[in-house]
Amino acid sequence: MIARVEIHPGRYHDSVRLMQASKALQNVEGITDALVAMATELNLSLLADMGFDMDAVADAGPNDLVLALRAEDEGAIATAHQVLDDALTHKTAPSGGLDAPDPKTAGSAAAVADANVVLLSVPGEHAFVEAMEALEAGRHVMIFSDNVPIEQEISLKTYGGDHDLLVMGPDCGTTIINGIGLGFANAVEPGSVSMVGASGTGIQQMCALLDDAGVGVRHALGTGSRDLSEDVGAASTLQALEALEEDPATDLIVVISKPPADPVAEKVRQAAAACSKPVVVTFMGETTLEEGAGEVLAVLGKPPAEYGTWPAANDDHRPGFVRGLFSGGTLSSEAQFVAAPILGEIGSHEGDEGHTFIDYGDDEYTQGRAHPMIDQTVRLERLAAATRDDSVGVILMDVVLGYGANADPAAELAPLIEEAVTAGAAVVVSLCGTRGDPQGRDAQAAALNTAGASVFLSNAAAAREAARLATARTSA
Amino acid sequence: MSDLSHLLDGEPIVATAGTDMLAESIEQQGAQVTRSDWRPPEAGTEAALAALAADGRNKEANTTAVERLLAVRPQLVDVSVARDVFPDMTPRTFFHAGPPLTWDRASGPMRGAIIGAMIYEGLADSPKDAEAKAARGEIELSPCHHHGAVGPMAGVTSPSMPVAVVADGAGDGVAYSTLNEGLGKVLRYGAFAQEAIDRLHWMDAVLGPVMSAVLESRGPIDLQSLIAQALQMGDDGHNRNRAVTSLFLRDLGGALVDGADAPVDQRAEVFRFIDGNDHFMLNLVMAAGKLGSDAASGVPASSLVTVMARNGTDFGIRLSGTGEEWFVAPAPPVDGLYLGSFTEEDASPDIGDSTITETVGLGGFAMAAAPAIVGFVGGTAAGAVRRTLAMYEITLAEHPMYQIPMLEFRGTPVGIDAARVVRTGVLPQINTGVAGKVPGTGMVGAGLVEAPMECFAQAMRALSATLD
Repeated sequence: MIARVEIHPGRYHDSVRLMQASKALQNVEGITDALVAMATELNLSLLADMGFDMDAVADAGPNDLVLALRAEDEGAIATAHQVLDDALTHKTAPSGGLDAPDPKTAGSAAAVADANVVLLSVPGEHAFVEAMEALEAGRHVMIFSDNVPIEQEISLKTYGGDHDLLVMGPDCGTTIINGIGLGFANAVEPGSVSMVGASGTGIQQMCALLDDAGVGVRHALGTGSRDLSEDVGAASTLQALEALEEDPATDLIVVISKPPADPVAEKVRQAAAACSKPVVVTFMGETTLEEGAGEVLAVLGKPPAEYGTWPAANDDHRPGFVRGLFSGGTLSSEAQFVAAPILGEIGSHEGDEGHTFIDYGDDEYTQGRAHPMIDQTVRLERLAAATRDDSVGVILMDVVLGYGANADPAAELAPLIEEAVTAGAAVVVSLCGTRGDPQGRDAQAAALNTAGASVFLSNAAAAREAARLATARTSA
Repeated sequence: MSDLSHLLDGEPIVATAGTDMLAESIEQQGAQVTRSDWRPPEAGTEAALAALAADGRNKEANTTAVERLLAVRPQLVDVSVARDVFPDMTPRTFFHAGPPLTWDRASGPMRGAIIGAMIYEGLADSPKDAEAKAARGEIELSPCHHHGAVGPMAGVTSPSMPVAVVADGAGDGVAYSTLNEGLGKVLRYGAFAQEAIDRLHWMDAVLGPVMSAVLESRGPIDLQSLIAQALQMGDDGHNRNRAVTSLFLRDLGGALVDGADAPVDQRAEVFRFIDGNDHFMLNLVMAAGKLGSDAASGVPASSLVTVMARNGTDFGIRLSGTGEEWFVAPAPPVDGLYLGSFTEEDASPDIGDSTITETVGLGGFAMAAAPAIVGFVGGTAAGAVRRTLAMYEITLAEHPMYQIPMLEFRGTPVGIDAARVVRTGVLPQINTGVAGKVPGTGMVGAGLVEAPMECFAQAMRALSATLD
């Protein structure tokens, strides 16, 4: 065993660096004890405690470096010197900038970018805190998340109303601001029509119909599926309506909602009537989006539109019920509203007898999965099942295009549609998309049509066709 | 123009939390979007966070609290004696670091420091005697923080010790701390050898009176200005105080040479003592922090953290909105570098009131200012910078005086918001010394520790219970 104490006069290193160096020395093979430190009183007493010869350091002071080693052989001491030199002259590559860590909340991200809209799709139970933070920082909020308690929605919308901030949602699927879509949204041409909608797919269908008729869209402000409930009282809808009235580039406003609570419907109608700009109110259940779009065209002085239709080559099909497989809740309920007078009773749950129109975007079918507009797995399964089910004569589906949606839904659906048609079922597709959508609306329509489906841009038209096919066959 | 019409006037600038797909589709349209790395809040705090958001007072309360924290102007005005400044201090009273503690739960270094202080006060004639008396309850323990005071490591403050008096130049607050003994075998690290006791006697006989006389002739010393300068000279204000101590000694130098009434050999001793102790200023930086922290306390609904402190057994925090209540969790081990042949086996869990520095925007929060000690954070300056940058996520303000040159003189992150801690999972980063776990050992190393999440979760639940 060799003990070695060396003094390096005037060689200053910070104590932290020296502690690291000591640690590195202790890890050298053959070194049993090591200390490298400035020769301060404290360090010299440590050295003494470690049992080193103190004579060598008698003249050392705090500006001198002391190196003490206890080693098995000279080789280890030589290695230790090497390690020490490396440790004390160690150079790390340039840090490559002073990158800040990613922001951890939407609020911090918004502060970094000075954002004016915060878009939240966190689990519903956590959305309130994030949304309130955004509002308190003076930012508008879109809450894509659902399952937010209604009292929290009211609290957010009250705060927003008091501070001239718009709360879009919760459960707001679609918003378009100056042509930029948030959530699920279609590419729109610039225009002077703006929308306020409590239904995401309702807004999307209206965008698709107006686009097909050559009418552009400026804004579409989503307000969340419960905005026109009695508790929420259309807080965001009325606020958005007022903002659009003031928006100089908006000439016509469309209000879209599922059937609202009666007193709320009245309030919205009064606001619409008082507006200085024309307002088309489309409460589905009273009317269809197709009729709403027709009203818009009429106000704009345009002729009624013939919406895109790609009829199937052959509409001969086996007898049976209509099976509706939807991804958009609004499209599903509108189809029921249109088809029920023709078909009679329509079930809306799996396992119901007779005609069934089911919304696979409902929570019940989305546990642990992305929305069916993105992930079609469940609907693909149900399409195959309907093909095998002899009691089904007509299969009615929606296909929603646009930003946020599946990149090529027709490619996944086409083989299964072919099988359905080969098995004798008729397939009718309600294709909700615009010409500018990233998936390519006409290419999607062509692919679905080639596979054997009848394709309609108007959801109401698709529902009418499905009902017609089913009843035509029944009465035949 | 109203906020809402402003929104409708141009393209949206979006910030997101949640599904990345939504951010992607905005990008696809060529619009501006900033993502966040969102995660759910700490389990068990959801209801408290929602209650606080619904209550609506939190944001303004936090602004008020952090403004008060930043408004103080700490000045060292005197060095007095503990028994003279603490009205509740009896001859058998010992203040200690961290949240309340009893002898039976005290850690090694805490016991060591109490033993040493009892010997120093003449209440025991041997360590064994001191232990027996302490175990019989013949002494009274009380946290420094309950008396406007702070102490590093064990923080033991006994009646005869000299204490620095730090007053607010902009208000009427006062805070106190003991004077720093140096490194190695010192009382605050739990050492009670004769060497430590002798030093304490010298401190009350020479250091305290000389400093008091010198301060009287020189006038108050503005601590904040010294600290601000020192951050630009490589200090963090917690684990590195070399620059601030040098500045302090320069500041004191003239008056020390002039002499006041003290004999020249004593003044020389004082000069050498301060010069030989790079951490002399630590205690004064801490007292300056305590002044701000006390000023910020007591704002209803505020989730500002006013105190983080450890006693070697528990880590405790206090919030502005919950007043004097402590929220405690077990003191964590320190991730450290060790002196000589000591290892983590020899280390006591985290201890000391010195985390007051992190509470006021120094220490781990100012790591980017202290490249000399980056060895603690993986050895790179970039690591130090990242550490500081991460703290902006959980703080309410940027310090107007404490600036970091490497960050383009951005103010240090200051004013920890417990709500942001539980929401983001980002824990306050603390630089600290490490005491030996066997009573009497002294200092064994230094390193880093994170404040335990449990303290913040408890505190948030308690704060929400104070709302109507």
